[in-house]
Amino acid sequence: MIYNDSKTLLEVRGLRATVNGVEILKGLDFTVKSGEVHAIMGPNGSGKSTFAKVLAGHSAYEVTAGSVLFEGKNLFDLAPEERARAGVFLAFQYPIEIPGVANSQFLRLTYNTVQAQRGQEELDPLEFDDFVREKMKLLEMSPDFLGRSVNEGFSGGEKKRNEILQMALLDPRLAILDETDSGLDIDALRIVSQGVNQLANRHNAIVLVTHYQRLLNYIVPDFVHVMEAGRIIKTGDKSLALDLETRGYDWVAAERPAAAAVAVVA
Amino acid sequence: MSTVRSIRRPAAGYLETLMEGQPQLRASSRAWINALRAEAVRHLDTLTLPTLHDEAWRFTDISPLTRLWVRPVRSVSDLHAADIAQFHLEDATTRLIFVDGVYAPQLSSTITDDGVMVANLSSADAAQAAAIKPDLGRHAAFSDNVFAALNTAFLQDVALIVVPRNMTLAAPVHLLFIATQADVASHPRCLLVAESGSHMTLIEDYVALQDGAYFVNPVTEIALADRAHVKHIRVQRDSVKAFHIADCAVSLGRSSNYQSVTVALGAKISRYNLNVLLAEGAECAVDGLALIAGSQLADTHTSIDHAQPHGISRQLHKCIVGGSAHAVFNGKVMVRPGAQRTDSNQSSRNLLLTGKAQVDTKPQLEIFADDVKCAHGATIGQLDDDEVFYLKSRGLSDSVARSLLTYAFGAEIIDRIPVASLKRRLELRILEQTGSLP
Repeated sequence: MIYNDSKTLLEVRGLRATVNGVEILKGLDFTVKSGEVHAIMGPNGSGKSTFAKVLAGHSAYEVTAGSVLFEGKNLFDLAPEERARAGVFLAFQYPIEIPGVANSQFLRLTYNTVQAQRGQEELDPLEFDDFVREKMKLLEMSPDFLGRSVNEGFSGGEKKRNEILQMALLDPRLAILDETDSGLDIDALRIVSQGVNQLANRHNAIVLVTHYQRLLNYIVPDFVHVMEAGRIIKTGDKSLALDLETRGYDWVAAERPAAAAVAVVA
Repeated sequence: MSTVRSIRRPAAGYLETLMEGQPQLRASSRAWINALRAEAVRHLDTLTLPTLHDEAWRFTDISPLTRLWVRPVRSVSDLHAADIAQFHLEDATTRLIFVDGVYAPQLSSTITDDGVMVANLSSADAAQAAAIKPDLGRHAAFSDNVFAALNTAFLQDVALIVVPRNMTLAAPVHLLFIATQADVASHPRCLLVAESGSHMTLIEDYVALQDGAYFVNPVTEIALADRAHVKHIRVQRDSVKAFHIADCAVSLGRSSNYQSVTVALGAKISRYNLNVLLAEGAECAVDGLALIAGSQLADTHTSIDHAQPHGISRQLHKCIVGGSAHAVFNGKVMVRPGAQRTDSNQSSRNLLLTGKAQVDTKPQLEIFADDVKCAHGATIGQLDDDEVFYLKSRGLSDSVARSLLTYAFGAEIIDRIPVASLKRRLELRILEQTGSLP
């Protein structure tokens, strides 16, 4: 939702980043205000996931130019764990499995770590159990998931629900959902989307990175951005996603050759 | 300048040092025990301590042992229940406790009824002793194994477990070997006879109440008759200055089932030889974890011998190596001619935590039958950057993220331990050792 009195949460200017010496992000500009929902779409290899990982601080990506301010502070001054504590959350496209560590143990550890850093109350195992079960209802998750090892043997949909559960626990200001819809059947997509919608409020913002318009029927974006070759080349409202669904991506790039040329010169 | 790596030979005469006190052992009242000892002594005349020249010991230099001036245990430490409460496992109601290799009846809790025997050999009656005679010393070969021969030469008492036909022992049996004295050698001996159709769980646990150097040289024999089921958990948590060299021989009868989980945490140098021999349709799962740091060395040699058809074996061996420690794994799976329809899977996975940590792993498959399904593999690596990043993106510091992943790597093995109290104890120990979760 767009609010008149909203604060700028994220301000990305001219961001360039490389992985193994190959430039993936090539001068990206992007602004997010509190309360907003943004969708970043684009073909494979356009740099969407790279952008998400750069924001979260993955060490494999080297930022070579540009700036990112998060709530007015330089995001690159913060280590990945500090960004998480400051309120940046990335829901992974491929969440890792941790056999041997109970999900409940892991969730409580991350919750308490972040709470402590924010100077807020930590929960003992019993208190946490009540708390997390409440949050799990949001995602229609069975309490069985607490006793199982983190993501081990979870289906694609179950892993994604577990990601959104972590979002619910860590209460981020900026949640970046990297292809959270991939691998979800229609029921799981509905449940995950409902969970995200309930977590969205006027103080936080959500960035959806996705290939498909389908997700946007459930989580309605205020802005849709098209990414191509490491830059955002078009921004529109939710109707842009529908255009992309019917016409593909090629017309967007063809429509703006001049802008592309300017960016290369710059 | 080039350096020549010299191979240290064990000090000449060290075997004689280890044999000190053997000739003075009190003769057993059972002639066949004396004969077994004498046979071992005869073999020792021709055996020598291994060096790096011996293929089976090429990564494990035991010369530090030869600089430890050990003597036989002379005095018995007087321990009370409170002294060893920390090792107590609630779900193991039967326990045999050996202090520096000597049976401690006041601390133990035995069973000798309904044909079940969980006791030491010395307290067995003539019939009970006669019943185990065909097994004792017959599974763990000592003609070509100097350490098994030493153990047998010193054979005095035995932790003895006999489970009669079709009987199920509901509670696990805890064999606890406590080291209380430095500079001593002990030779624990265990024998488990699981008669046909019987079920039981055995915990073999080596611990220390001091942090000195000592030598412990156990031999365990496990005989499963047809359709017997045995779960065997072996925990080696000796002092980090100790030397632990152990042999375990397991014979599986037809359609029997053996599952073992071995955990090596302690000792300066440890070696575990596990030999499993499978008859037709027998099944085994042999899993292991070595978690070492500092300058520890942990060597595990296993041999799974499919001698007959339709056998199944599964093995997952993991090493977590920190500091400048060194882990060795040699896992041989043999499929003999005629052992058709063997189904075997072996995996060695290793985690190196520092640049100085070292692993030598050698999974080995030798197949002499043509209709089999066998797979093996080995991985050696460091923590995965993407996994560390995932945890950091959830607010965990780099060190907590790494500890948690290290813990998880080991916990996969600990999870397979079927005794809740022991599992919990080891989880805490490993958490502590990997400096992880609160």
